[in-house]
Amino acid sequence: MLTFTIRRLVLAVPTLLFISLVIFLLLQLAPGDPMAQVPLTVPPEVKQQMREALGLGQPIHIQYFKWIIQFFWIEPLSGIDALFGTGLAEGKLRVISWQTRSPVIDIVIQRLPQTLWVVGVAYVVGILIALPIGIISAYRQYSIFDQAGTFITMIGFSVPPFFSGVLVIVIFSVQLGWFPSIYDTMHVVDDWASFKVQIWQMFLPVMVLALQITSQISRFMRASMLDNLSHDYVRTARAKGLSEASVVLVHVLRNSMIPVVTVIALGVPSIFGGAIITEQVFKVNGIGQLLITAIQANDLPMVQTLTFIFAILIVLFNLIADVLYGLLDPRIRYD
Amino acid sequence: MTELSDPLDIDRPPSNRWMEVWRQFRAHKGAMAGAVVFGFIILGVFLGPFAYPHDDQYLPSGRDFITLRDTRPIYVALWDPSAKVNWYYVLGTDNLGRDNLARFLSGGRVSISVGLTAMILSIVLGTFVGLIAGFFRLCDGPLMRLTDLFLALPILPLILVASVLFRESLALSLGPEMGTFLLIVGLIGLTSWMQTARIVRGDVLALKEREFILAARSIGTTPRNLILNHILPNVMSPILVSATLGIATAIITESALSFLGFGFPPDFPTWGKLLNDAVDRMTLYPERVIWPGTLISLTVLSVNYLGDGLRDALDPRSRSR
Repeated sequence: MLTFTIRRLVLAVPTLLFISLVIFLLLQLAPGDPMAQVPLTVPPEVKQQMREALGLGQPIHIQYFKWIIQFFWIEPLSGIDALFGTGLAEGKLRVISWQTRSPVIDIVIQRLPQTLWVVGVAYVVGILIALPIGIISAYRQYSIFDQAGTFITMIGFSVPPFFSGVLVIVIFSVQLGWFPSIYDTMHVVDDWASFKVQIWQMFLPVMVLALQITSQISRFMRASMLDNLSHDYVRTARAKGLSEASVVLVHVLRNSMIPVVTVIALGVPSIFGGAIITEQVFKVNGIGQLLITAIQANDLPMVQTLTFIFAILIVLFNLIADVLYGLLDPRIRYD
Repeated sequence: MTELSDPLDIDRPPSNRWMEVWRQFRAHKGAMAGAVVFGFIILGVFLGPFAYPHDDQYLPSGRDFITLRDTRPIYVALWDPSAKVNWYYVLGTDNLGRDNLARFLSGGRVSISVGLTAMILSIVLGTFVGLIAGFFRLCDGPLMRLTDLFLALPILPLILVASVLFRESLALSLGPEMGTFLLIVGLIGLTSWMQTARIVRGDVLALKEREFILAARSIGTTPRNLILNHILPNVMSPILVSATLGIATAIITESALSFLGFGFPPDFPTWGKLLNDAVDRMTLYPERVIWPGTLISLTVLSVNYLGDGLRDALDPRSRSR
């Protein structure tokens, strides 16, 4: 198991390098000039100097190499500096945003908590709703609960978040006035009342994201339970006199959780993708919204960094899913 | 197995496989409903302009602009007698006085065309990669690694970035509409072929070991004919299912792009774009949000049901139902 994990970790390096190359080349080869926003009154020689300061004069492979060094060496070092107060990265050039002229990572770290709060809570809520629905739907297959559950998950699967989000805003915050439609990120939670306000404003975005997660996971849970319920070991467990609850909730559930857990792990990165849209609808200033504004402002370093962070998340959770699968299912032997 | 117990069925001449699939498909209520709704939407969107010949780009000018802009759908008059309605504009007009229904129809034409074309592109790519990887052992490793790499790409951010970066140059060379159309179709197609490739490869690997392939090979069939005549027809069913589901993903991705403002040019309506334009004034004119949103959701829902039914009908293991 350990060797497998290490082998996967080593294999992740070329994957990440390939993705970084794709992102880098996409942005470099694209027509469009990062200096296009500079006013026309700036003389050409000054423009040339600015170009060189941005590292745009050099050949592409040197630019790529420098970017990789900045991203994988200087940024972690300055992270250590910030944590322990050391001076490892002092004087080194960090990845600088063209919009704000401050290090990209600092801005990302400012924005990350908002995204993590909304996305994380939504993911947990979604899973907590999905699992019981999937279990009951499979146990009572073709019952009214199952039919209704399948229909609702199909709807949650099909209604895109940019419509469900707008719809719940129209219904719950405009017509009924129950929830705020805009997520206030300046809100500080320090006592019970402000905590309640926080819950209140998180409710709509979390529910919109959770609906999607629930639909995907409960479909998987149902299929996996159905698959296991018809196995011989279930009949054996019933025949030896186990109670129905322990047959379903211990024997069957444990076995059907194996594929579901990997699906849950694999779904984490795509949820960050979905959060891009949800953040736009509810005006949450998380990293999704940061990406959109960076693309619109032609802020290449920011876009590169954010896209790459998304890629790292995907590779990381793929790895976690693979390892979890091996841990949970003793039949799978990697070596 | 119901047909064996049914005495009437024994006299029936043996039907071919697709008749059997059609029979299975018809028994699936959700799939039939999905097929009917999707067919209706396609017909409405492509033939609707003949029944409702309003110009979606017509801008009233002068005093007409004041009287014709921001009219509500005619059904609003049922509960709000003071609403500004105009019987000529069934679903009202937008803030520039353009006909909403005509815009929904032409927006749907774009959205569904994007969905279908992107799906075809991704299916062709995925089938090609899957067939080559499954059939030629030498190509299997590299092609599947490539598929894995593509699966690890952050799709939505990359599509967003690429659509901004390449829009202008394509619009210059092909015109704003055609350029954006090809760009979006290409981006969606290039980033969604991986699942099909994996499924097709798995099926081809299993098929390759079967006797009929050995027989065909032993009478000297060339690899090209072997793939086209013997393997491809046998992997058609998973390809059909992922094609159906591919339409749904493509439509959602296109609408999401348009919704975020990275899709088609402003005067070129698609469902996602219409939805995005209407969000700012959704409290006053909720219909402009609800109609395009419902149309997107209904299309995707019907396509998903269609795919589910197709999967059940084409999968021999679920035949016993």
